Amino acid sequence: MALTGLFLIAFLVVHAGLNACIWANDGGKMFNAGAHFMGSTVVVRILEIGLMVGFLLHAVQGIMIEIQNRSKRKIGYAVPMGNKGSKWFSRWMGLLGTLVLIFVIIHLAHFWIPNRSHQGWLLGEEINLYESMKEIFQNPVVVIIYIAGCISLAWHLAHGFQSAFRTVGVHNHKYLTMLRSCGYAFSVIVPLTFIMMPLSFYFGWLS
Amino acid sequence: MEQYNMNLTLKVWRQKNKDTKGSFATYNVKDISSEMSFLEMIDVLNEDLIKEGKDPIAFDHDCREGICGMCSMYVNGRPHGPWQRNTVCQLHMRAYKDGDTIVIEPWRANSFPVVKDLMVDRSALDRIIQAGGYVSVNTGSPQDANAIPVERERAEAAFAAAACIGCGACVAACKNSSAMLFLSAKVAHLALLPQGEPERKPRVMNMVAQMDKEGFGSCTNTGACEAVCPKGISIDNIARLNGEYMLSAAVASK
Repeated sequence: MALTGLFLIAFLVVHAGLNACIWANDGGKMFNAGAHFMGSTVVVRILEIGLMVGFLLHAVQGIMIEIQNRSKRKIGYAVPMGNKGSKWFSRWMGLLGTLVLIFVIIHLAHFWIPNRSHQGWLLGEEINLYESMKEIFQNPVVVIIYIAGCISLAWHLAHGFQSAFRTVGVHNHKYLTMLRSCGYAFSVIVPLTFIMMPLSFYFGWLS
Repeated sequence: MEQYNMNLTLKVWRQKNKDTKGSFATYNVKDISSEMSFLEMIDVLNEDLIKEGKDPIAFDHDCREGICGMCSMYVNGRPHGPWQRNTVCQLHMRAYKDGDTIVIEPWRANSFPVVKDLMVDRSALDRIIQAGGYVSVNTGSPQDANAIPVERERAEAAFAAAACIGCGACVAACKNSSAMLFLSAKVAHLALLPQGEPERKPRVMNMVAQMDKEGFGSCTNTGACEAVCPKGISIDNIARLNGEYMLSAAVASK
């Protein structure tokens, strides 16, 4: 869980960084060059398989752990503990993760699947992803779905980031404090970067 | 603080034995002094029940001074009641006011079956200790206290972890019914000291295996355990345990 989580966190940095090229304000030239590199390089495409496996492992393992853990208390409490002692998002990682999973499926259907099928799933001709972003993000419903997906991701990361480091055994108090702050910063900055993308296209902030 | 009396409504979990289904029973208790302890309040109620020829409420308790780890009540949605770093036996009635309703439940976890009313069987924790929570003692003559140097910080951290009284509030509070805070306290307190060094690796492997066998859930680092621990055991111990486990598993031969 933690290892795949950290791997996916690393992926988010790459994804957010590359997509930020849309703000170069060059009509998508830089962004498309980056997208072309990611979509047409053999090594990256092999790594993509690793990403898929990592993502699926994280989702499947997460769902299994949630089901298992819920089965450990057959008779529950009449008065739930609620927020006395833990934060709501740390207890609802399963739900937040499921929302992110649904969002990712929608997101893949928007960009990844059309692009790869256009390529014949191999290293063929890609579509202009900048243009397709422009088109897809004209729909306000899509923009709202993306914002909701990114907010789910933000809460998921707010607990997941620091929890992952605890699970892999970081117990130095100084580093744990640092990682908690980093985790909160990460879970605001990265999802916010993603949220700004559909907003930028929808409101036409890009030239 | 001024003494005052109060009347309370109690909703208490009653269950005949582990094979029967339990339910809540409502009791009205009168003229409870604010200077009583929570368990004394139950004692008063039990005396009334006995006088009426009814079955008194069974609950675990022993030292009543917060050090034995026997008392185990989930009071109004929190193990050991509303006070921080406190066992329910050290909870006093000044925490409540006249007319309050108090819901009292036993620890809930599959690994803690209810024996009767508010008593649960916590022997699963004992079996985890038996799986490795010890050092093989040298039974020769006692060594000089200064023969084994221990860094002060490590000694303090080990002592803080050793403060765990094994009450099981961490399991009761955890949404996953995980015993990781308990286990991590036991592992950390020995792993930090040179005396625990020789059995360090098999200890963590065996204790974790026993914990899984007992049917406790896994840790998702929510921190609810730490918040209710009467001894303030830090969840940083769980992170230490995770590290210990990974390093031991990496070199384990089976």
